[in-house]
Order: sequence, then structure tokens, then C-alpha cells
Amino acid sequence: MREVDLYFDGTWEGILTSIFEMFEYKIMPLSLSHTAARQKGMFQTAHDVVSQQDKADRVKKGLIEKIGRNGYLELWHAFLSELPDVPLLIIRLARHYFQSEQPERLNFGHDLVLRLKKIVKSVSRERHRMKAFARFQRLQDGLFVALIEPDFNVLPLIRKHFQDRYADQRWLIFDIRRHYGLYYDEHTTSEVTFADPGNLANSRTLVDLYAADEPLYADLWKRYFKSVNIVERKNMKLHLQHVPRRYWRHLHEKSFGLDA
Amino acid sequence: MSDRIKEKLEILADAAKYDVSCSSSGSNRKNKDHGLGNTGAGICHTYTEDGRCVSLLKILLTNHCIYDCAYCVSRKSNDIKRAAFTVQEVVDLTINFYRRNYIEGLFLSSGIFKDADFTMERLVLIAKKLRREHNFNGYIHLKTIPAASPELIHEAGLYADRLSINLEIPTDAGLKLLAPEKNRKDMIRPMTYLKDQLIKTKEEGKLFKTTPKFAPAGQSTQLIIGASGESDQQIITAANYFYNKFNMKRVYYSGYVPISYDKRLPTIGTAVPTARENRLYQSDWLMRFYGFQADEIVNESHPLLDLDIDPKLSWALRNMDRFPIDINKDDYQLILRVPGIGVGSAQKIVAARKFGPLHIEHLRKIGVAINRAKYFISCKGFLQIYADKRADLIKSYILNSSKSKYTSSTTQQLQLF
Repeated sequence: MREVDLYFDGTWEGILTSIFEMFEYKIMPLSLSHTAARQKGMFQTAHDVVSQQDKADRVKKGLIEKIGRNGYLELWHAFLSELPDVPLLIIRLARHYFQSEQPERLNFGHDLVLRLKKIVKSVSRERHRMKAFARFQRLQDGLFVALIEPDFNVLPLIRKHFQDRYADQRWLIFDIRRHYGLYYDEHTTSEVTFADPGNLANSRTLVDLYAADEPLYADLWKRYFKSVNIVERKNMKLHLQHVPRRYWRHLHEKSFGLDA
Repeated sequence: MSDRIKEKLEILADAAKYDVSCSSSGSNRKNKDHGLGNTGAGICHTYTEDGRCVSLLKILLTNHCIYDCAYCVSRKSNDIKRAAFTVQEVVDLTINFYRRNYIEGLFLSSGIFKDADFTMERLVLIAKKLRREHNFNGYIHLKTIPAASPELIHEAGLYADRLSINLEIPTDAGLKLLAPEKNRKDMIRPMTYLKDQLIKTKEEGKLFKTTPKFAPAGQSTQLIIGASGESDQQIITAANYFYNKFNMKRVYYSGYVPISYDKRLPTIGTAVPTARENRLYQSDWLMRFYGFQADEIVNESHPLLDLDIDPKLSWALRNMDRFPIDINKDDYQLILRVPGIGVGSAQKIVAARKFGPLHIEHLRKIGVAINRAKYFISCKGFLQIYADKRADLIKSYILNSSKSKYTSSTTQQLQLF
């Protein structure tokens, strides 16, 4: 078993291909990093993984057989966290799963399994927050736009939720940190990018495009938010725990346009 | 026009805020025919500065009321601004808030104007309009007006996801004192009707796929805490009764916020009993998810909940002979009884021990609060510590090793005695 530093293209197919080649070339991975991070001269122990669809498909099928669809999705959700240690964690776990006779996903005494569960939980929490905090603003042409800046790349995980819920309105949810979005045209949802984000740069620049009734409803919402608060029970610690400051800039009730 | 709607919203949201329920789960209404919305995600879209979830547009249709219940801010004799929404205004607010992803749906209650049926009719009309004219599939929670006719309650159930009647005052004596015009029977009758309808719909649903939905998220109620001098035992016994007798999905506990100089009530400026409210919710969870009986939590010899420790720890300290629990051998139900182990940890323990015996370090990583659990468990390489010590000593060790968020409020109480 050779001990090797692996490099891949940063995609999910790349991760799956790495798992394939780990077995194919009998490699014990020491690290798994993006090709861009590769330093010249380290070639002795390095192995470049080139994403290959057929290898990725076979690994996906094998994983689903071994650990079920939910087990497979867990690994993918962890990947969406974009945390630096996650690619290596995923392929090590895949090796562990494939080599064990037991349903290792449920082995909460195992360090790698526990680390995975922790990351999956964080990603899931962020997904839930984006379902909660994405705020649509109605533009003159009837399009509803929400700008988000999630900690993790959760857009793929909220697609179905918004598609099912807002089936009768056109909407765009745009991740301004990762520069891509989801656009729904009342029939299908597709991934979109813009060469120049223009008015999508931040929530304030959207104001110029507002539909006539947008300021009224934004204002009503802010008033509602203030009126349901019970002053005698004020608990800012709890409030901040639920609505951390980093989300405020996209929430009407907490920030932009709020009268002083 | 828009100024008036702003003022109405402020008045009628303010008047509705003492109803603590804001749940939007328990129903799974699908988006049908390319319409608007669905139900079941249980999302809190924001939180107020008092830390409560905002999931629904929670408003009163009007705060005009013919009743004069002492504990209620909308009581007839209270000198406050009154307002009333039109049916269309509530519909427009709901749809427009929903389309912007501000809310999961509508929670509509009302002061009682003219009479029960007249009020109930309007609540039902709004729900009907949302469902029928706007193909709205978001969450709708309607308040059932006491003494409303069964026909109206039935119709409400066809459009709403949840129906509720608030008992408010847990004891009959308290109700007589604070709301002499109100009749407990008028509240119980619709509850009984709803329970029967819910059971009937469920059974019919098993036979016929086409059975129309009837309040799929069931019914709930609310008890006000600290307004009428009731004991925790009375509250928990009442809650337990309503869970068992009326298949309540939830009983809510609302710490009384003083809003009146009425001599029968705590005066304005009295602190809201939030610590007590929290302990009651913990007790509620013990009954619903941990297999505790009401009389294990409170009983004749222990009628009040401890404020300085949670009810599960309190039970454990009163029942030291039931411990230690063997983490690697004992049943799930017994592991759930250990202070410091929640439902999530207990499930992980039961799954993980199949792979090999668990050590104390495993438990720590799984998320068990070892500082409490260590007095009640044994596991591989670890024996229960201070097994021979008295419960009150163990309690003091635990209190010294952790900091309760209620420390200041409990010490204040102790100083009174």
C-alpha cells in the first residue's frame, strides 16, 4: 500500500473518482487537495486524479449499495460544506465503509463517523436557515428575488423546497458569495450565473427595481416584527443565538431600510 | 389607506402576541395544481427580541370584545385602541407575506364581537377564501371561539391545519375569579367535538383515499402560568388530562405578563415567570418523549417544580435507588432516564454499542453531559461515582460544576424566604 498525496479538480465527481483510484492503485491517501494547491517538486508521492464519469458512477452505485441512499447523501452534504479537511475525510470513510461488514454509518463510537455527523449537522442547519431567511423582494416585472450568503454551498439542497412551495411565481435565489443562483420560470428550475451581477450585488441595489407594492409589504413586515415582541420578556442572548448577526444584512426586520 | 392598515397591523399583532403557539408543523399539505405554498417544513422565519419563533402571521381579526376577562389585554373594560381587519385585508396580508417567504401561514384569532357564531363565521370565511380562491396551501391555524356551533367548527376543520381553544386558567376556581362570564363547558364541548371528528377522519382516511382533510395538525390549547396562584402539580395534571382525554397535539404554557392593575392579578412590573415556564416545558417533554408519567414529575409530596434544577434531574435525585444505569446493557427507555442524556444521545448510544462496549470518552464525544450523567451511570471502565453519597450532596456537586441561566432569578426567589 503506497502512501500518497492526492490532488483533484474540486468537484464531487473528482471525489468519487479518487475513491475509485484509491482502490485501483492500492493507495493509502495522506491528503486530498485541490490541484491548484499543488506545489511543484512533490511529485514523488503525488497522484493526480482526473475526474471520470464512469468511475464516479460506479463508486456512487457501490456506495448506495453498501450504505444506502441516505449514507451516500450524507457524504455529499459534507462535501458541500467546502471545509478543507472534508475531501480526505470522505474518501477515508468510503474506504472504511467498503472494508467493513458492519453498517459502520451508525458507529457513533468511531471518530471519523462522528466528525462526519457533526459536519452534516452544520450543513443541515445552514440549509434550514436558508429556507427560513431567504427573503423574496418583488420586482417591477413580477420576478421575486432573494439574495443569500450561506456559510456552506446549500443552494442545491434548498432547490426542491422552493420549487414545490412557490410553484405559481417566478423567482430567483442568488448566492452572492458563490456567484450563482437558481431561477424558476413557473415550470422548471435552472442554475444561472451572470457575467456582471449588476443590481444583484447586494440587497440595497435591488431597491431601484422594486415593484410598486414592495416597500409597503417590507414596511408592514417590519412593523409586524416589532409588534409581536413582548418587551417584558426581552432576551437578546436567545435572539442572537437564533438569528446570528451575519444573516441580518438580508433581513428587512433586522437591517436594511430600517428606520433609525 | 396604507397608513390605516399599518396601524391596524400594529394593534392586532400586539393583541395576539400573548398566544405563544407559533407551530407550523404536524401537517403535510402538498402544493396542489400549481398553486401557492405547502405545509410541513416547520420553519421559524425570524425570532423576536424575546427569543420566540415567528413562523406565522399571528393576528386578531379584531380586538373588540364583549367579554371582560381580567387576564386579557383585549378585555371590554380596558381603555385601549380598538381595530378590526376586513376579510380581504387579512387575505392580502397573508398572501403577500407568504410570497416573500416571511411566514409559513396564518394564525388567526379574534376578540368576540356580537356573539360566538358571528365571530367564528368570519374566521372560517377567511380560511375558505385563502384555500378556495387563492389555492393557498400554506399553514392555517384558527382559534375556535368557545360556544361556536358544531357546523361552523366542522367547516373550520375542512380549511384549517390546526384548531385550538385556550383554557388559559388551569383551575375552575381561577376561571370563576378572573373570567366569571366564561363557562368551562363552552370550551370543553368544541374540544370533544374536535377529538371525535379527528378520530373519525383518521379512520375514514384508512378506508377511503378521498376523505377530505380535517385539521390534519390536530388541536392544541394554552394555559396561563402564574396568574391565578395555581401549583405546578395542578398545571401538569391538567396538561396530562388534556393530552390523554382530547388527543391534544400540544399544550402551551404562557408565563403571565402583567397587563393590569386589577387586584386579583400580579401587578404591573412583576417579573414574567420565565424560569417556571421553562421547567413546565421540560416536564411536558418528559411526558411526551421520555416516557414519564405526570405523577413521577409532580405529586402530593412534591407539588412544585424545582427552579434550580431540571425536572429530570430532580426525579433522578428523588429516586437514587433506580441507578446506576448500565450504558452498555440497559434498555433505551432506562437510558433516557439518565440526567445529561437526551433523546439524540440515547439513540446514538443504543446504535453505537452494537459495535463494541462504550467508554466514558465515547459518551462525551456523542454529546452526553458527563458532569451530570456520571453520578447515574456505569459503562466500560467506569463506575458510578459517589454511589454512596446522599442526593442533596450530589445536587450541590452538580450545581457547583455548572452555571444555570436562571441562577439570578432563583437566588432572588430564595431571598424572599
